[in-house]
Amino acid sequence: MKKLIVCSIILAAGIILSCNNSDYASKDENKAIKTETAKEEAAPSYDPNRGEGKFKTVDVGNTLNTTMAGAGEKVYSVKCSGCHKLTDEKLVGPGWSGVTRRHKPEWIMNFITNTDAMLDKDPKAQAQLELCLVRMPNQNLADEDARGLLEFMRKNDGIR
Amino acid sequence: MSCIKKYSLFLAGMLIISVIGCKPKNLGTAVSGDAAAKSFVAPGKFDEYYNFVSGGFSGQMSVYGLPSGRLLKVVPIFSVNPENGYGYSEETKPMLNTSHGFVPWDDQHHLDLSQTDGAIDGRWIFANANNTPRVARVDLTTFHTAEILELPNSAGNHSSPFITENTEYVVAGTRFSVPPDDKNGDVPINTYKQNFKGTISFISVDKTNGNMDIAFQLQCPAVNFDLSHAGKGVSSGWFFFSCYNTEQANTLLEVNASKRDKDFIMAVNWKQAAELIKAGKGRKQSVKYASNRYDEATHSATSTIKTEVTVMDVKDFPGLVYFIPCPKSPHGCDVNPTGEYIVGSGKLAALIPVFSFAKIQQAIADKAFEGEYEGIPVIKYDAALYGEVKKPGLGPLHTEFDDKGNAYTTMFVSSEVVKWNLKELKVLDRVPTYYSPGHLMIPGGDSKKPTGKYLVAYNKITKDRYLPTGPELAQSAQLFDISGDKMQLILDYPTIGEPHYAQAVEASVIRDKSVKFFKIESNNHPYASKGEGATKVVREGNKIHVYMTAIRSHLTPDNIEGIRLGDEVYFHVTNIEQDWDVPHGFAIKGATTGELLIMPGETATLKWIPDAVGIFPFYCTDFCSALHQEMSGYARVSAPNSLQPLSFSTGSNMPASDSIPAK
Repeated sequence: MKKLIVCSIILAAGIILSCNNSDYASKDENKAIKTETAKEEAAPSYDPNRGEGKFKTVDVGNTLNTTMAGAGEKVYSVKCSGCHKLTDEKLVGPGWSGVTRRHKPEWIMNFITNTDAMLDKDPKAQAQLELCLVRMPNQNLADEDARGLLEFMRKNDGIR
Repeated sequence: MSCIKKYSLFLAGMLIISVIGCKPKNLGTAVSGDAAAKSFVAPGKFDEYYNFVSGGFSGQMSVYGLPSGRLLKVVPIFSVNPENGYGYSEETKPMLNTSHGFVPWDDQHHLDLSQTDGAIDGRWIFANANNTPRVARVDLTTFHTAEILELPNSAGNHSSPFITENTEYVVAGTRFSVPPDDKNGDVPINTYKQNFKGTISFISVDKTNGNMDIAFQLQCPAVNFDLSHAGKGVSSGWFFFSCYNTEQANTLLEVNASKRDKDFIMAVNWKQAAELIKAGKGRKQSVKYASNRYDEATHSATSTIKTEVTVMDVKDFPGLVYFIPCPKSPHGCDVNPTGEYIVGSGKLAALIPVFSFAKIQQAIADKAFEGEYEGIPVIKYDAALYGEVKKPGLGPLHTEFDDKGNAYTTMFVSSEVVKWNLKELKVLDRVPTYYSPGHLMIPGGDSKKPTGKYLVAYNKITKDRYLPTGPELAQSAQLFDISGDKMQLILDYPTIGEPHYAQAVEASVIRDKSVKFFKIESNNHPYASKGEGATKVVREGNKIHVYMTAIRSHLTPDNIEGIRLGDEVYFHVTNIEQDWDVPHGFAIKGATTGELLIMPGETATLKWIPDAVGIFPFYCTDFCSALHQEMSGYARVSAPNSLQPLSFSTGSNMPASDSIPAK
């Protein structure tokens, strides 16, 4: 009697487990398939010059907006200066000298506001991560903070 | 597929029957086959409910997810927590200040979530401290203790912190009656009847910011106030307190407070009390109590000692308070969702009395009193009674309600939860717990809108339920599925401290309001460093203030020299990250306090008194990035008469390579 009970416990447990397992497996598979297709769809449309984020085009003009650059410098001192120098020297992240010549304005705006997504996807951001090994933190910049920072970077690169 | 499922269900059913058949005494092995599926929350998925559980003698509150039983967080409230610096940092020390000075520990028994119109609104949760009487408010956007208020004229703050249905008041009833604070308390203990009083505090809660103040206190006869719940719906405006030791014993209460056949439920017309106070009634009493508030803008607490409270002696205000006889030392005092029924649980009684609010009102109108107790009318038992649940089990303690008109009561002595119908007072089901449950909890089970899916019983004794851990064992929670006619045990897990009362609410009520980080721009801490450019080290006499920042993965400044033995060093560390889940830690060798955990955008301060000359490393304790191990620095301590100037730096204190530093 006892043996029979033990047997049926194992049997029943086995069946229940396998039922559940297959249930979860199929759900997970669906999810995996979904994300893969999402990736496939995303890959061809990814624009490495623009990056990914809310900024499509950023028209900066030829001259500097000194008000915006001033506001950007304030944000830099609180949220960025801990890791980025204004020279070409790498601290935690790369120095900012020349950054506006290496990247399009919209790429910069997207990267500093949508950091995690771009670190996961953008070839240039990923190459930089391999050098620095610290994922740039999302510093939760408001749109105007990001625009100010871009202007401050331009000023740092000699735009007048 | 469905055929296999049916077969397996059939087999599982058969199994349960055969297992029960073989071993009727050990129902713990008879957990049915689908229990795991019912409590299983897949990795990466969220729980349905936040479950807040009192930490008992740990002094803290734990937060679990239901139905998984996952421990999400322990919120420090009444005990110091070196793990994150609560009670050690300069900012949080004032939270634990009292009229007795700094108290690092307490015994936390009951929790109540704030309500609007009798439904849980998820803004705050209130917690009581039993030993040094206090009530705390925890903010559920930050899960920080936002406020702690001390209670004068009180001792053993047990029937607390239960709230009224719009969170107008939080109550605090004293378990140990004592002489009032403004009287000479140096009296013989056996003058209890003459000199001791029981005090109920009504604490007002500001609608917008939650700030608490003692609105008034009711001075009542000296008995032991045990538990309480507010009226709601039809009984709105009333509050009910269970009382024991109406014998007024002052020694060997186990025997001497168990003599009378009935003690009392005390009914308080709190709306009337509030009106009397508004009309200027009551006397101002000189007392001393601490009001401690935490400000999220300065990330700092302040403690204020207050000196006055308004007290009304209830016997001077007819109609304010009535006693209702309740069998044998009632413990739980629970009001059903409509507010019509008040369930008293006489812990030494073999029945559960259910009182009717309508009948209580009629009895008051008819003056159906059996006499007075210390000047307070005592309503006739039968005039207030709706009915009794006969033979429910042994040692009824606490009752909660579902959404189908049922009540669930824990039986401490017979170790079970008993389900019964409120209208017919008939026992419908009983299920064993392991062992000796105290409180139980249904999400919303003490509100106007209870749910009917889960019930958790909190057990005092767990021997033989888990792997042994020496003489001291954890208490436990047991989760039941109550959606069907029969209660079903689906999960069993140990808890922190000793769980007493608990609360739970649908995750959606709280989840989306959760703060992710503090905005650095809004940080008004007087010693905040907003950016590395703002860091500095300042000497003021023998006090040294280090304005420090933390960001992945360095501290600024990380080389500090010119500290002298005899100095007090204050490390004011600002985490300048602005992203979720990036705290930094701060600890320094030899500090006799705790560490700091600093959330993004927050400033926290560790006071360090160096005890020797030498080099003292400090570092980040919370693994923050691939370069976390690099996140460290040195403080140099010189002799008291040293001329070493104060200096600080990050990244610029390196000697030229291969050279010997010039002295």
